Amino acid sequence: MWNSPAEFFAMGGYALYVWSSFGVCALVLILEPLFVRARYKAIVRRLQEERLAEQFDQENIE
Amino acid sequence: MNEVNHLSKTRWFNWLKLSSPSTFYPVAGKLIPIFWILTAIFGIAGLWVSFFVAPVDAVQGQGYRIIFIHVPASWMSMFLYLVMAAWAGLGLVFNTRLSAMMAQALAPVGAWMAFLSLWTGAFWGKPMWGAWWVWDARLTSELILLFLYLGFIALQASIDNPRRADKAGAILALVGVVNVPIIYFSVKWWNTLHQGASVSVTKAPAMAQTMLWGMLLMALCFWMYSIAVGLMRVRAIILEREAHADWVRQLSEVKI
Repeated sequence: MWNSPAEFFAMGGYALYVWSSFGVCALVLILEPLFVRARYKAIVRRLQEERLAEQFDQENIE
Repeated sequence: MNEVNHLSKTRWFNWLKLSSPSTFYPVAGKLIPIFWILTAIFGIAGLWVSFFVAPVDAVQGQGYRIIFIHVPASWMSMFLYLVMAAWAGLGLVFNTRLSAMMAQALAPVGAWMAFLSLWTGAFWGKPMWGAWWVWDARLTSELILLFLYLGFIALQASIDNPRRADKAGAILALVGVVNVPIIYFSVKWWNTLHQGASVSVTKAPAMAQTMLWGMLLMALCFWMYSIAVGLMRVRAIILEREAHADWVRQLSEVKI
């Protein structure tokens, strides 16, 4: 169907429209899970710190 | 007879158990990689069909290939809204914590899908219609869907008490459901610039078989993606909202 990579990227003259659509779509679908992972890691770190702080308090009381 | 009763009882029990955040959290963790693998498989197959198998369109040339992400994103934006509203409604009726969290986890995925639908639509409309945007019934109702998602997210974020936020969000989500059939039937009810449905249950599809396959594979990819990201986000929300529960303190990832 495509005779050369250049022809593929030219998309029959629709390169701007096709690649802007697919590019932004790929960007969103990659960034969203990364943001979610960052949110998950942040809450796990907070919970770890809280746990450590509690342990510390208990040791000081003893 | 006794055995049957016993079986149904245990099944019911298991489902109830799964509806508690503490049992759902590890199950979700195990499911996430499976849905990522499915996303990748359908994504690779779908992109391959979209770019290397589906023939060029007689009227729109290569520009029509935007359909392979535009239609799946639009479908998912509507479908996710219904799923989100169903979870929110369940939470409202049965007062279950997990269902409200599920609704909260799905809202951003749906909002992104609505955004992608509008974005790819603009980049398709410009070369084919000569305009990035028109105030057409289909486009306008899809924009309202995006605002409904954003409104749901903003409303929940603005109320400090999570239980009250769940209730307010659920009512907004349920009222907004009326917009989904409006989007779907807009091309029939009004004289729109946007074309009619490409795929219909009652008619043979008005496109080449391979084009249809590309679209369905991409739709499956978006679907699996939505589940994977939804489960990832619901796990974060569970930890945030159950932070003081004992089972969270006992998790291996928290204990270090």
